Amino acid sequence: MANGAMKVYEQFKSEIARAGLHVILELRAEATSDEIRLSKSGCQGFCQMGPLVSVVPDGILYTKVHKEDVAEIVEQTLAGGKVVDRLLYKDPATRKSCQGIEDNPFYARQSRFVLHECGFLDPEDIHEFMLHGGYQAARKAFVEMSPEEICKTILDSGLRGRGGGGFPTGRKWEAARIQNSPKKYVICNGDEGDPGAFMNRSVMEGNPHSVIEGLMIAARAIGANETLVYVRAEYPLAVERMRRAVADAEREGILGKNVFGTGLSMKCEVMEGAGAFVCGEETAMIASIEGQRGMPRPKPPFPAQSGLWGKPTIINNVETLAHVCRILNEGPDVFKQIGTKESPGTKTFALTGHVANTGLVEVPFGTTLREIVYNIGGGVTDDASKIWKTGFKAVQIGGPSGGCLTEDHLDLPLAYESLRSVGAMVGSGGLVAMNQGTCMVSIARFFMEFTQRESCGKCVLCREGTRQLLALLDDVIEGRGDQNTLDLLDKLGRAVQVGSLCGLGKTAPNPVLSTMRYFRKEYEEHVFEKRCRTGQCKALLSPEINQTKCKGCGLCIKACPTGAITGEKKEPHHINPELCIKCGACATACKIHAVEGI
Amino acid sequence: MASMPVAVDRAEQFEKVVSILNRHSRRPSGLIPILQAIQHEYQYLPEEILTYVATSLDVPPARVYGVATFYAHFALEPKGKHVIRICDGTACHVKQSIPVLNALHEKLGTSEKNKTTADMMFTVETVACLGACGLAPVIVVDEQVHGQITPERAVALIDEIKAQETALATGSMTEQLSAGVANG
Repeated sequence: MANGAMKVYEQFKSEIARAGLHVILELRAEATSDEIRLSKSGCQGFCQMGPLVSVVPDGILYTKVHKEDVAEIVEQTLAGGKVVDRLLYKDPATRKSCQGIEDNPFYARQSRFVLHECGFLDPEDIHEFMLHGGYQAARKAFVEMSPEEICKTILDSGLRGRGGGGFPTGRKWEAARIQNSPKKYVICNGDEGDPGAFMNRSVMEGNPHSVIEGLMIAARAIGANETLVYVRAEYPLAVERMRRAVADAEREGILGKNVFGTGLSMKCEVMEGAGAFVCGEETAMIASIEGQRGMPRPKPPFPAQSGLWGKPTIINNVETLAHVCRILNEGPDVFKQIGTKESPGTKTFALTGHVANTGLVEVPFGTTLREIVYNIGGGVTDDASKIWKTGFKAVQIGGPSGGCLTEDHLDLPLAYESLRSVGAMVGSGGLVAMNQGTCMVSIARFFMEFTQRESCGKCVLCREGTRQLLALLDDVIEGRGDQNTLDLLDKLGRAVQVGSLCGLGKTAPNPVLSTMRYFRKEYEEHVFEKRCRTGQCKALLSPEINQTKCKGCGLCIKACPTGAITGEKKEPHHINPELCIKCGACATACKIHAVEGI
Repeated sequence: MASMPVAVDRAEQFEKVVSILNRHSRRPSGLIPILQAIQHEYQYLPEEILTYVATSLDVPPARVYGVATFYAHFALEPKGKHVIRICDGTACHVKQSIPVLNALHEKLGTSEKNKTTADMMFTVETVACLGACGLAPVIVVDEQVHGQITPERAVALIDEIKAQETALATGSMTEQLSAGVANG
């Protein structure tokens, strides 16, 4: 969408009209060969290659389509029945063109359940959603099932919260169901704050009705009649589409006073967050909805007992709710067939960073990291986006609360338990691949800066501790560190873990502790040898001119902004370390690469 | 046209606030949506309006100020005409978003502290994640997303906006001139 998809859509409209082809904009059961249906679809998950155009029923997927390419697609494929090879996806490893989804490794190796309909359905069309079985599960929940049965079905399926903690959804619902209160609430957590994760955005933008349906089922299960979707403010399109979906559902009588003729009422509101990471925490989100600062409070009482306005409340992640519809439709056993015993079902990961194919990847729990990074992701890339066979260094999983996985973990099956045992967590499912050119200390600092900024300030250890951890990391990066710095980092990190109330504080030191555990050597190089092997830590650089290589041409003297370089013409030059600001201008200017160490 | 007397101008300002407050039934629980609507209208939260909101909702000004400063989305200072947001989420960060930020700061003379240019034309800010990680690194210029950006392309975008602004300024000047001729 962001990549100019609307321009492509408009161009298609006009080109098809010009070619005199029969275009159906509303839904027909199946597009036959002489009818062409043009529709906007939600995110197809293959973000880097966007905008994507798929031609159904030919099964062709075009990537990186620009306005200018549209005429060619219309002429060749739609009218002529031929494939435009130039626009097909090419496997970066084999350079082979892939025609459609079946032979494209990025898609073929995934199990797309939650994401399946994002990409094929028009998110702004409720009728299309209903024709594909939408709201059937909600109908079943209201008409055929009792609240106990719904809770039991979800409990049997073993569904666990997809937002990070992995708490069994059925147990949460049951806890709220047994509360004796005339008023209860269900909140959908769409405050996806983890930098590097965007699966919730995709579902809210690509299939907003599935979120509403999941909310309705949850509400029916606990006996609530008011629901709320809390959407992150950075996602304006998700807010817009959710609002529209709610209005459409109200118009169709799906939400309202008499749901499916049962006489029960159901309301759904969409609220926009205001930009606070901590609001992803349940109690902080409740405070935010009540118009307060988003600060967490101690649990118990759990929100299921006393939540929004002191009433029993359940809060579920977008992805969790999207799974609920399928479990009700197909039964808990079908859901349990995939994934692992402890973590059934699929999970969407946002695969980004230094990999050839970035985008949303939905795989069964238990899939290995190797499968995701190498087979689906197409391998690790260098800074110029070329495949780098030996370039793999680490994968950061779970955002600012998670940890790093190394080469040793490539064959680890990804699931809640296995990740916890290596000091990481599923979190919301951000997977950021990093190549050998990435400094792990800088990455730890990056996350620490984020959590320090986002700490709400309630707990001393989180508020002050993250600040001190950040300062200690700066010492390491800027060459002021010693053995004490490393010891203190470790000790303080553990103290923050135990001394904080909510998930943000408890997990804030994870990126530091996990990088210290797996990349100890890199920390030690920074501290004892005052050296950063990737050259990313500027303060540790000591640029020197190779005296045998230098021809004394004077280019570096001209380039240097501080006048730190001196030397006679045709004689080797020198850098004065006191004046040098390590900007690297000399290295860029030198044609024979005589400037080293920068 | 003579400029409007300040008092009338101010009254009109508060008229908009009043209608926003009424739309949210003046409930203190609606404070965040109210502030969002106000920011949408004024591009930032002027101090006098915050005080007015507090009085209208019958809550202490400290509470309104507390909420306004807690959330990253609220701005207590006016922003420039063009807002440039650089994503510094994890994916963008490892794909070199900081050089883009530095290039923009250098081009516009802004910094981490001084986010807005003196002529109130540009504001440069960072944001934790825009959820467009597949396109990293990403910047958003006036709500338009630009993916896989480089420092060079970012600077070129600024030049484009500047050129448009100059064209606009000369255009309106010619308009004023011709209007002046017509009136004269």
